Amino acid sequence: MRELSLHVLDVIQNAIEAGASKIEVRIEEDLERDWMTIEVADDGRGMSQEWVEKVLNPFTTTRKTRHVGLGLPLFAEAARRCGGDLSIQSKPGKGTRIKATFRHNHIDRAPLGDIPAALLAVLLSESPVDLEYLHKVGTHEFQFSSLEIRKELDDIPLTHPKVRGWLSQTLCEGEASLPSRRQTRPLTL
Amino acid sequence: MARLKNIEELKKIRQEAQKDLAVRTQTGTRIIIGMGTCGIAAGAREVMHAILRELDLRKIEAHVETVGCVGMCAKEPLVDIEQAGKSRVRYANISPEHVPRLIEEHLLKGNVIQEWAIGRLDARKIQ
Repeated sequence: MRELSLHVLDVIQNAIEAGASKIEVRIEEDLERDWMTIEVADDGRGMSQEWVEKVLNPFTTTRKTRHVGLGLPLFAEAARRCGGDLSIQSKPGKGTRIKATFRHNHIDRAPLGDIPAALLAVLLSESPVDLEYLHKVGTHEFQFSSLEIRKELDDIPLTHPKVRGWLSQTLCEGEASLPSRRQTRPLTL
Repeated sequence: MARLKNIEELKKIRQEAQKDLAVRTQTGTRIIIGMGTCGIAAGAREVMHAILRELDLRKIEAHVETVGCVGMCAKEPLVDIEQAGKSRVRYANISPEHVPRLIEEHLLKGNVIQEWAIGRLDARKIQ
């Protein structure tokens, strides 16, 4: 995956497959300590401890269509090659929390990329989920809650063309309001 | 401040949308994009973006939805087009460059693009 936002999208899709109705996404960029943290928590069906241990193996999947599942192994690999790691907390019936850490300035850290497009892909999902999004860069933050928006919209679906335009614009403006992410200091090798 | 302005806009959108919602759900078009790991890695998000842009450009009001993996990973990005009363057509290996022709031929002219299509699902079976 060329961008971290694609991993975010992928992990959220896992949550949707797991029957989640609420998904929290939290991206924190701590420029001073040189860390980037991406957390995705859902209230889906969760996994047993045994499955959590197996899930980072690319030859593990719940799908019946084939025997490989690459989403989480790729995400873990991306984190590890940037001096970070990926951890999974999960409880059957409760949900799953995935946390990936990266050295912010690591030379191999992919850019965060097009977060608005990734979130939009989730909001347009066939199975409606609620998304709580928080992106912090230093002391600045952008917060987005689809729950609030659904309340305003009542019976109009998020996939409605007019709503879609509004969502895209709101997400783009929010992300653009955050300070530029790459620092001009030496890269972490 | 910007946030409040946006919420006001949203309220306006809701009023406008309510008027035409009933009409559209009966006669409307759905475009469905596979967004599993396989789709994402193959560029499905960019395809979705291109579709949204093309629809905006041509002022076509269609519902765009994303779904998980359907099991044909080698053929991702997959795009299904479903028009009310017609069967759903599945297109394979769609890239953003294919999108203008897809919208023009399929949605506007009503022709299935045979060389890109890989399947057809009966309208009655999809519910």
